Amino acid sequence: MLEINGLKVAVAGKVILEDINLVINDGEAHVLFGPNGSGKSTLLGAISGFARYQILDGEIIFKDVDITHKPVHERALLGIGLMFQRPPTIKGLPMEDMIRICGQGREVPKELPERLNFAKFMHREVNHGFSGGELKRSELLQLMAQDPDLVLLDEPESGVDVENIALIGESINQLLDRDGLNDNALCPRRKRELRRKSGLVITHTGHILNYVNPDVGHVLFDGRLSCMGNPRELFGCIQKIGYGECVRCSQTCS
Amino acid sequence: MSDKKVLPQFFKKESPKRAYMDSLQVLDILDRNRLVQTGIDFAGVDRSGTFMQMDDSVVHCGVQQPGVEVMSTEEAVSRYDWLMDYYWRTVSPETDEYTAYAHEHSRHGYFIRALPGVKSTQPVQASLYIAENGFAQAVHNIIIVEEGAELNIITGCASGHAVRTGMHLGISEFYVKKNAKLTFTMIHNWGEDMYVHPRSGMIVEEGGAFLSNFVCMHPVQELKMNPLTRLVGPGALVRSHSILVAQPGVKMDVGSRVYLEAPNTRAEIIARALTTGGDIINRGHLRGDAPGVKAHLECHGLILSKEGIIHAIPELEARVAGAEMSHEAAVGKIAPEEIEYLMARGLSEEEATSTIVRGFLNVQMEGLPAELQAEIDRAVKQSQDSIM
Ligand SMILES: Nc1ncnc2c1ncn2[C@@H]1O[C@H](COP(=O)(O)OP(=O)(O)OP(=O)(O)O)[C@@H](O)[C@H]1O
Ligand SMILES: [Mg+2]
Repeated sequence: MLEINGLKVAVAGKVILEDINLVINDGEAHVLFGPNGSGKSTLLGAISGFARYQILDGEIIFKDVDITHKPVHERALLGIGLMFQRPPTIKGLPMEDMIRICGQGREVPKELPERLNFAKFMHREVNHGFSGGELKRSELLQLMAQDPDLVLLDEPESGVDVENIALIGESINQLLDRDGLNDNALCPRRKRELRRKSGLVITHTGHILNYVNPDVGHVLFDGRLSCMGNPRELFGCIQKIGYGECVRCSQTCS
Repeated sequence: MSDKKVLPQFFKKESPKRAYMDSLQVLDILDRNRLVQTGIDFAGVDRSGTFMQMDDSVVHCGVQQPGVEVMSTEEAVSRYDWLMDYYWRTVSPETDEYTAYAHEHSRHGYFIRALPGVKSTQPVQASLYIAENGFAQAVHNIIIVEEGAELNIITGCASGHAVRTGMHLGISEFYVKKNAKLTFTMIHNWGEDMYVHPRSGMIVEEGGAFLSNFVCMHPVQELKMNPLTRLVGPGALVRSHSILVAQPGVKMDVGSRVYLEAPNTRAEIIARALTTGGDIINRGHLRGDAPGVKAHLECHGLILSKEGIIHAIPELEARVAGAEMSHEAAVGKIAPEEIEYLMARGLSEEEATSTIVRGFLNVQMEGLPAELQAEIDRAVKQSQDSIM
């Protein structure tokens, strides 16, 4: 689905990411850990194609297409979707219009807003005055309407209360084709084979691990993907000994 | 603004007499095309009354609802001797060259009045139209909403397709009496070489409400207006919404002033100014004279081209303790983050830009009949198509 080779990214002339190599196969969900300012959002922004992220070196291949220098909307139409960490407000644009835009011409299921407990926000201006948790649901709703093949989630659960976190977790599972986990008609292996959607999810809290069962974890440290492994083990390690030690440990161990 | 002042004296003082029409449906199709964008309903069936003046002539006038009066101000003066008390009370003839000229030369203008307690079921429409090229049209309008009455008025001001240049001078004096309500919507559709100088004053008494909507999205050489609303009775309210779009060559100097003279009066002024190359000065002045007043001023400007200026001048003047007044002004280009946000959802850069512009101009105007809101939405869409 996604292949990144030797990517080097600068913001305002300052190199933020260096030598990023990453492969996400069809149906795989990856999580990305890393301290504040390590460059996680920068990576998602570079994959999305935002102008402020200058690509100095390397390439981004999506569905066998070199998208390294493609405009943002072409990537979106190819099937990349991003949940923003800090989405802007679009004054005067009602949420319902935005959801229609996200649908990219496809019919958006009518019950979607209701399912995200967001029906009463559909007449509000996009993100205008939304609380932190409401912003997350706004973003998720937009993404569900967009239904991308590669789902990029930038801290989907930060600032979300305990009741809504389950809702968010379930929605992410659905986005990633991982719902129906309790459907026993199919064996787990078969289910995995049928999955099409891939994802890259940034998390600090790790709560999302309780809902989504990701396949691979990465740690971004100082602008480099410094280690890779089982998401839960990595998270446990980070919790116990911190990012720095964790990265050092995995470097010596592996 | 302009290097030299263009005065009314530069234009024709006389215009040919226009024949009276029993219905606006006999209007020339070319004139109708100019007027339709100002929300005028030619059949007039969904209107409580209609007034239309072409150059110096009243060409149509009619009322459909008892208790609502619609006529030329000249006729009204001959009918009501008390009306002179309402003349030049809110605007002084000495204000400038334009008011002085109007004082000397104005012909007609509309007189619209709702008798005490009468609520207009449908809007009254008034149209001031310039058909004669090079003519300076000067009118004096008076609206009186008597105690407890309600009026919803739509005015369309436009110049004809054959009018290359000309001037419009409109003195407007509105009186909203105790517990009365006036919703006033004005849509301008001038030509590129038109000079437009409305001078307006409003007085709102105790518990009265004045809701004003103003839309000018078509080219005009020069538009200068800065109406003053005085809230003279406790609890009086004014809400003013305007949408201004300036194409290259357009010069607009448009403002809104409110004096909150009585306790617990409220004012809200909201303006959206957008330039695709023209210059807009957007003024706002709130003055709080009494305790417990509440007022907010909001001016947002958007610059869509290399040329073009938006100059927002918000002013707050509190003269007593306990006046709660605020303003919010933001002028700039579209933020790239907003464009990229929409692009990340699949819109091209152009589509994203026009979506943001549409949102920017999407000011919900109060008290508008749905069809007029649709008209404004369509006008926004149209002006957008022409500027994108
Ligand atoms: N315009 C800019 N000029 C200079 N530095 C910038 C600019 N924009 C971003 N940066 C820096 O790039 C670095 C990476 O930022 P990024 O948003 O990718 O971090 P992050 O890993 O997502 O952090 P967080 O966990 O806090 O969200 C930060 O140190 C940030 O300050
Ligand atoms: Mg981040």
